[in-house]
Amino acid sequence: MTALTITGVTKSFGTTPVLEGVDLHVPAGSLIAVLGPSGCGKTTLLRLIAGFTAPDTGAIVIGDQTVFSPGRSVPPQRRRVGYVAQEGALFPHLTVAANITFGLPRSARKAGERVPELLDLVGLDRRLATRFPHELSGGQQQRVALARALAPGPSIVLLDEPFSSLDAGLREGTRRAVVQALREIAATAVLVTHDQAEALSLADQVAVMRQGRLVQLDSPATLYRYPCDTGVAGFVGESVLLPADLRQAEAECALGVLPLRESGGGAEASAGTRHGAVLIRPEQIRLHPSSEATGIEARVAGVSFFGHDAAVRLDLVPTGPQVTARVLGQDLPALGELVRLTVTGDVLAYPTDRTLGTPAVTS
Amino acid sequence: MRRAPIRPSPERAPHGVNGEGRAVPFPDMKRIKRGTGTGQTERSYPPLMLVAAVSVALIALIPLGFVVAYSASIGPAEAARLVFRPRTGELLWNTVRLAAGCVLLCAVIGVGAAWLVERSTLPGRRVWNVLLVAPLAIPAFVNSFGWVSLMPGATGYGGALLIVTLSYFPLVYLPVAAALRGLDPALEESAHALGHSPWRTFLRVVLPQLRPALLGGSLLISLHLLAEFGALQMLRFPTFTTAIYDQYQSTFNGPAANMLAGVLVLLCLLLLLAELRLRGRARYARLGAGSARPSPRTRLGRGTTPTLLGLGLLIALALGVPLGSLGYWLTRGSSSTFPIGTLVTTTLTSVGLGAAGAVLATVIALPVAWLYVRRPGRLSMILERSTYFGNALPGIVVALALVTIAIRLTPALYQTTALLLTAYAILFLPRTMVNVRSALAQAPPVLEDVAHALGAGRLATFRRVTLRLIAPGLGAGTALVFIAIVTELTATLLLAPIGTQTLATRFWSHSDSIAYAASAPYAALMVLISAPATYLLTRETRNREAKEGARG
Repeated sequence: MTALTITGVTKSFGTTPVLEGVDLHVPAGSLIAVLGPSGCGKTTLLRLIAGFTAPDTGAIVIGDQTVFSPGRSVPPQRRRVGYVAQEGALFPHLTVAANITFGLPRSARKAGERVPELLDLVGLDRRLATRFPHELSGGQQQRVALARALAPGPSIVLLDEPFSSLDAGLREGTRRAVVQALREIAATAVLVTHDQAEALSLADQVAVMRQGRLVQLDSPATLYRYPCDTGVAGFVGESVLLPADLRQAEAECALGVLPLRESGGGAEASAGTRHGAVLIRPEQIRLHPSSEATGIEARVAGVSFFGHDAAVRLDLVPTGPQVTARVLGQDLPALGELVRLTVTGDVLAYPTDRTLGTPAVTS
Repeated sequence: MRRAPIRPSPERAPHGVNGEGRAVPFPDMKRIKRGTGTGQTERSYPPLMLVAAVSVALIALIPLGFVVAYSASIGPAEAARLVFRPRTGELLWNTVRLAAGCVLLCAVIGVGAAWLVERSTLPGRRVWNVLLVAPLAIPAFVNSFGWVSLMPGATGYGGALLIVTLSYFPLVYLPVAAALRGLDPALEESAHALGHSPWRTFLRVVLPQLRPALLGGSLLISLHLLAEFGALQMLRFPTFTTAIYDQYQSTFNGPAANMLAGVLVLLCLLLLLAELRLRGRARYARLGAGSARPSPRTRLGRGTTPTLLGLGLLIALALGVPLGSLGYWLTRGSSSTFPIGTLVTTTLTSVGLGAAGAVLATVIALPVAWLYVRRPGRLSMILERSTYFGNALPGIVVALALVTIAIRLTPALYQTTALLLTAYAILFLPRTMVNVRSALAQAPPVLEDVAHALGAGRLATFRRVTLRLIAPGLGAGTALVFIAIVTELTATLLLAPIGTQTLATRFWSHSDSIAYAASAPYAALMVLISAPATYLLTRETRNREAKEGARG
């Protein structure tokens, strides 16, 4: 498969800017997730790559072919791009086999070439080949859509929120099957999603988009540990943001003095105390009985039980902000109980210029 | 233990990432979403498509241009003198009350019958589906011939309303039944879940979804009535069209007739405006996961017998009376009324003209409908509306406009089949347009995107995806036009090249002279030819049911 490079792409619909200069490089054979809330322009980005819509400016290169530059646009049918639409978009008048072979030359279509092989690849029973789309479940439709996109051997595969319309049970299995199929043929793939768990768990790299801009591109682990600002921090996972006095290697906040995480640009660890905020993940906050001597005193304000774990909302005593802790599902504190809190591990500091919104508390 | 020095006040509510800050926050919802996803924001018109659509619209506007230019040429004072007469008011009242009554009755009958066939446990649904479309095979003037020749008293408003309703209700039934078939059952299920009774669900959820089909059908019926000539002439119920015909008969191409045509054009404009205001801009393509599944049916239970009786009565009036009457006159005819040779050649002429005209009309409807559905905007709407005028003008006005223009500009075209086919295309474009348009609206654009991504070019995508999806709509449109042409009377009388006689023109010349027995074979042949095309219209349903049955 081939690499994809996007440089300086902008797009407006009428007077509404949708993409304001996006640069993105997807190395050959990697799966990248474009993560963002609805309306951030991620679907538009995908449609520009596919060629359904033309950018206003910028360039898009697939492998060594420039498919878009100002004054030159290769139509979608000659871009060799596999496209999996939101709800599969299978052709309702064709069987599964005919859907899968749609992009193949006429002779191959007649012979039904590659159908069994592709059904195997996406983990579907070969006997489904003669069914019509309306006789399949949503997850099966989505897998057929992937098989159809892969059949002509595309250079890259584009997936537009392919799992969002599936129910939770189907979603997990379909995700696994789809990613496994993509890995098996070492496909270069771009997955658009608004679901952070999906992006973090499936992709090699996650590109976070916000209001038409790409704000961060990192591996899932790095993104979760080093979100570039508090907005991204809150979007890729639950976060507790506390105002803090930042010093060289530690920060002082409502939960005490905490060690700061080494961030890439070590130069800023300069002299003096600065105001800012610290990012604590709820799973870093530990609960202790109030009888223990260590920790900050807090009162349990609410518990959301999820089975395997629970989110506990805590008011710091006496008037402090509310923070959220993630604890294992066993021995939960009772409502109104007094507990003590400690923070394990290091925390990430944000100077005031990288905090979005009021640096208060959040979860 | 150290206390943190910074203590935000408690009234600072926890701000999520949506808090107001200097940098851009993640928006919750967004206003720009409407623009993405389906490519509907694409504003560019493909040039070839645009040229084709504009040409079609211009051709469709020829008769209108003729009427307007004529009115302008005689000056406002003369025009006013001709229009503001008590006779005009009388004709207006007749035309309006006939159209209003007929649309109302047809809407009730059409929607009710469609619901029974598509959504209830009515026994014999496939048979009823065929029977409810069948009246289309009987031209309105044959229908009134059937009634009048047996019951000479069936004239005036009551008679006219009864007969045009029986002739035209399938024009509502067909599109509404098709829409019900394509409707996502999840909508109805959601409404049930929200606590709506089946009846309330129908009123609040199903009916609004049927609006495009219902309005399309009603508009078609109104336009039909404005143009109807043969039936109303026979029933002696004067409307604009029959009055114009009489004027033409007495003073060939006289100013009075042309001014009446002008008023008729105004009525048509009003109808178009009304439909425009009533129709929302919503898209009616099905939303939701995967492909559609069939809808659950409502049990009729104890209501089954009365329902069957009601439908039976409807069919007896719409089919039984005219067919019985035709049968009666056929048996009354002597051998001299069955000139086999003439019957055969006349039939071949009618079928040939019908097939050519129907294909022509549907093909030229495509670019206009495509622009209207896929590039919604002022220009595409104007183009689409332009094609409606033909059907609102009496065939004779269209014919005379073409004759006048052909003689002045392109004498070579005068007295040719091409000119006659052009008149048919102008007259019947709206019938096929409604079908092509709704078919395109129900074919999701994302499927075309997917086909492009799979390497299919524009043409291949159209042939392999779009055409397959809209084929039922195209078929329905073509069949409707075919039937219309086979039974077309007035334009054919004027435009057919010398020596070309169709079933309709022969029928008319005989029945005009009250030779009922002599005209009966031609009427029967028209019904026979229309029948297969009518049957074709119901085939889609049967195919679907057959498929479901086979796969279980």
